[in-house]
Amino acid sequence: MSAVAKPDVRSQALAALRAIRPAMSVIADVEGLKPFETDAFIAHRETPMLAALPDNEEQVREVVKACRALGVPVVSRGAGTGISGGAIPHPEGVLLVLSRMKRIDEVNALARTATVQPGVRNLQVSEAAAHLELFYAPDPSSQSICSIGGNVAENSGGVHCLKYGLTTHNLLAVRAIDADGDVVDAGSLALDAPGYDLLALLTGSEGNLGVITRVTVRLVALPERTETLLAAFPSVRQAAEAVGEIIGAGIIPAALEMMDRIVIEACERFMAMGFPKGAEALLLAEVDGGREEAGEALDAVQAILARCGASEVRVAATVAERDRLWKARKGAFTALATIMPDYYTIDGTIPRRCLPDVLEEIGRLSIEYGMIVGNVFHAGDGNIHPCIFYDANKPGELERSEEFGGRILELCVEVGGTITGEHGVGIEKLRQMCVQFRAPELAAFHDVKRAFDPDGILNPGKAVPTLKRCAEWGGTHMRAGRMPHADIPRF
Amino acid sequence: MSDTFIPALCERVRDHAARKSALRIRGGGSKDFYGQAARGESVDMAPYAGIVAYEPKELVVTVRAGTPLVALESALAAQRQMLPFEPPHFGEGATIGGAVASGLSGPRRPYAGSVRDFVLGTRVVNGKGEDLAFGGRVIKNVAGYDVSRLMTGALGTLGVITEISFKVLPRPAAEATLAFDLDEEKATEKANRWAGQPLPLSATAWQDGKLRVRLSGAATAVVAAKAKMGGEEIDAGDYWRDLREQRLAFFSAARPLWRLSLPQTAAPIKSAHPQLVEWGGGVRWLSGDVDASTIRATAERLGGHATLFRGGDKSVGVFHPLQPALLKVHRRLKDAFDPSGILNPGRMYDF
Repeated sequence: MSAVAKPDVRSQALAALRAIRPAMSVIADVEGLKPFETDAFIAHRETPMLAALPDNEEQVREVVKACRALGVPVVSRGAGTGISGGAIPHPEGVLLVLSRMKRIDEVNALARTATVQPGVRNLQVSEAAAHLELFYAPDPSSQSICSIGGNVAENSGGVHCLKYGLTTHNLLAVRAIDADGDVVDAGSLALDAPGYDLLALLTGSEGNLGVITRVTVRLVALPERTETLLAAFPSVRQAAEAVGEIIGAGIIPAALEMMDRIVIEACERFMAMGFPKGAEALLLAEVDGGREEAGEALDAVQAILARCGASEVRVAATVAERDRLWKARKGAFTALATIMPDYYTIDGTIPRRCLPDVLEEIGRLSIEYGMIVGNVFHAGDGNIHPCIFYDANKPGELERSEEFGGRILELCVEVGGTITGEHGVGIEKLRQMCVQFRAPELAAFHDVKRAFDPDGILNPGKAVPTLKRCAEWGGTHMRAGRMPHADIPRF
Repeated sequence: MSDTFIPALCERVRDHAARKSALRIRGGGSKDFYGQAARGESVDMAPYAGIVAYEPKELVVTVRAGTPLVALESALAAQRQMLPFEPPHFGEGATIGGAVASGLSGPRRPYAGSVRDFVLGTRVVNGKGEDLAFGGRVIKNVAGYDVSRLMTGALGTLGVITEISFKVLPRPAAEATLAFDLDEEKATEKANRWAGQPLPLSATAWQDGKLRVRLSGAATAVVAAKAKMGGEEIDAGDYWRDLREQRLAFFSAARPLWRLSLPQTAAPIKSAHPQLVEWGGGVRWLSGDVDASTIRATAERLGGHATLFRGGDKSVGVFHPLQPALLKVHRRLKDAFDPSGILNPGRMYDF
């Protein structure tokens, strides 16, 4: 139901974009705009009024200035792999596609930094640094196609966050164009910058505070040794306990991933991994670092897994075996597609100790909604990814899966967690933002946005809901007339 | 106390906002020397103290801002954990709120991360007297703008931090210090080369031709690193603590102390004044009465910035001047969080 832009605004915007020199690619025909109508939140689509594909920063500035002058929204888009709808176009706006700005400007071995344009793919950075025995640590599962600009906009995570941090921990400097068309250089090549931490503010701002045109990332040493273990447990509770014990023992694994029975069975059907019958949970653990450090951690983790009741522990002896163990995790989503073609992945974070109870409740909701849920879980940092299966051909199923997902996110907030660990809010979780935050906090977010974007032209309607919409949705969430966990501060 | 502190604080801020009367936020007073002069009626945060929640197995701790740093650090040490950013105390009364507001990190910073890297969530009272919560108590969280990290290092100019949640880490099992006789340029280069290898580095310091390197990690890893790196193993004694607390002789001179934050690989600063280089070249302390605009121009040319950290004539500006576009955003953010301009006004810049 895309609203058609007023013809005069459209033609003025088109003329303004075409007047920019040197000229860039501007798409105005419906056929050409079609491929951009969604990102990876494919359930929702909008056709942009126009799309611009700048080749350089100067053109980005000119596009933003032209749009500001006309009051036309600007939505930035990288590779379009975001799954919360952050890059879904605005029907009356310009879609700023940054995929042509894909140059690696510098890889500095001694400083351990890489300076890149926003359209450079995540994995490309690590590939460019590999000969220096360095890599870029954040590794979202879409890393072979997702772009660094998008990673910064979403503060992307990955499976190695517990040890190596999120995107925000791996940046030195970000250049963004604010809504005035001014160049905002946040951070620096030094370890800090004067004034407020605008680098932190821009990271994860979902295209609302500026258009990212240049990023300097921190590179870290490739580990000398990596050890990967896969353990099967007769219960989720025991697997969760093992995670707590590993961390309690002073070990920070590079990865700690858990999968539940639904996922295990799907993997078994799809990949025939030969897991023990009756396993309720699988734990994939990876320890890395210097040769000695990783060896010491491997021994300790093995002992803990056995003590916590693992029915089987496999340690990868070769790289090929490690890849096979990871296949169970990374191929989990593909395997799940064998259950039903359509699934909706939820992204919330909970305090890890609540995991068994949260999974139980998800199981109860699964019966209530009559929909199958499989759970893949970044166990080390409490980031859960339940997958709800539905049949898109059945009327109402998509909407029901979204409602079910919303219930799960509200459950995350209730136990002291959050509605998004790494996928962002986009348009997907606007409603849950009203559950997680109170009106004055949401107002503070809007104030922050105005500091960069006084007229609200940058990605309007995403990431932070208006107070009016929250009110329409029923305001701050109440259960049985009480605030969830009224005793603890709301964060 | 704890039930009434925040409502009373909100009320007080609202009252001052209505009268446009400045408030000066204070924890233990250990960092009174830092930044531009504070003015206004004092808000004493020390009474709002205590650990709200600590789950060692979750690696998360939530504390009230007035909690003494020593109290928090000993509670973590009892579980063999630590604040990985190794905050300087600069005085017995230092509070965790002050550590976050000042945004200062210690010797471990280049290898573990800075204060803001470990802040997961904050509860703050803004300049309108509203009690707000941002971020959370979980390690991964991308809901809403990262206001918690914005508050870190803002010197109380955007809000009164009342509670903070941190990610904490296990304490390393073993530690050792190596010493090398090297000139500054070679020392910095070596430190950067090592930082690009899987070695358990946790601090470096260079002064007067001697580079000290601290290693922290699994016992076997420290032993292996020593063998790989060479140098002479020394008993560091309290050296690293004294460095963090600026109690070394270098810092005791009655001269202005400049902090130059530079890219770690920047060439040595040529100066007649004594220097101490930390953070693998990332911070160069310079002790002496130097011309502010000259030192700032030098820092900028090298890609960094210069802060008049202690002493000297603060009228030159303690903090490095901001570029116009950044200054514009700073003023607007200040106006957003503190429209009456009453929270620590002028402590950082002229707003």
